[in-house]
Amino acid sequence: MKKLGWTLGVFVALVALLAIGLRLNPREVPSPLIGKPAPAFELPLLMTPDKRFSERDMLGQVWILNVWASWCPPCLVEHPVVTRIAKSGLAPVVGLNYKDAREEALPWLARNGNPYRLIVYDADGRIGIDYGVYGVPETYVIDRKGVIRYKHIGPLTAEVVQQKVEPLVKALAAQ
Amino acid sequence: MMRALVMLLVALQAWAQDPALERRASALERELRCLVCQNQSLAESNAPLAMDLRNQIRSQLAAGKSEREVLDYLVERYGDFVRYRPPLKASTVLLWAGPFVFLVGGFYLLARNLRRRRVPEPQLTSAERERAAKLLE
Repeated sequence: MKKLGWTLGVFVALVALLAIGLRLNPREVPSPLIGKPAPAFELPLLMTPDKRFSERDMLGQVWILNVWASWCPPCLVEHPVVTRIAKSGLAPVVGLNYKDAREEALPWLARNGNPYRLIVYDADGRIGIDYGVYGVPETYVIDRKGVIRYKHIGPLTAEVVQQKVEPLVKALAAQ
Repeated sequence: MMRALVMLLVALQAWAQDPALERRASALERELRCLVCQNQSLAESNAPLAMDLRNQIRSQLAAGKSEREVLDYLVERYGDFVRYRPPLKASTVLLWAGPFVFLVGGFYLLARNLRRRRVPEPQLTSAERERAAKLLE
């Protein structure tokens, strides 16, 4: 009887362990950048290549950096969600066009709408590496002091915005 | 196909230019995980990001950086997860010590079971002994 109890206990523990393992998303690697200053960049704008933008230009406000590309299907999936954030006026959304071609990115925006305050153009993905980008789309929440407070990997969903992004942005803006 | 060929040529060219650098770079790449296809190392993966990172590793090594510095560069951006051999920290103790805990636990259970299974020597009466001796003759 005691032995049966033991076996059952071990079995239940194993099932619990596997259940937790199945629920974890292996693509969600904790970013070492959370709580660190957003990596510095100065990139040309997608629309007006002769103008440049740096993350320093956003100091003093809470903002959202959204990494996307026209070749990335999940970016199209999250596009309505990004659009809703931008329209709600929650925070300015800056786009980072990642390893894309202008002649493809611009028609993509014309087709699907452009919710971004502005878009920087990271043609070779060099800045993407600094931001630890590996699965576009990725979204960062950056506070007034230029510190990364949150990172979401993969398409934003209404739930993520409602449960994580929105409360965080509001809390940071109230500080 | 064309792309693979071009990549091979580029790799061969790099090898011809500086075999020592190439050896260092590929040794480092085998130590690093590709985050796009997580079961491949940077050396094996053909994901665009892996190619970019390989180029970064090569150009940084060529610029005179040490393996340590290049590793730190990647860990700063992608976290300890990029290393197949993460450093020993509070968060990785279970990872490093786990196998030994299981090994010791396994030996303990094995020893306990073996001890329990030891069957006591059968005790024969003298009559049985005589019978057995007769049968064996």
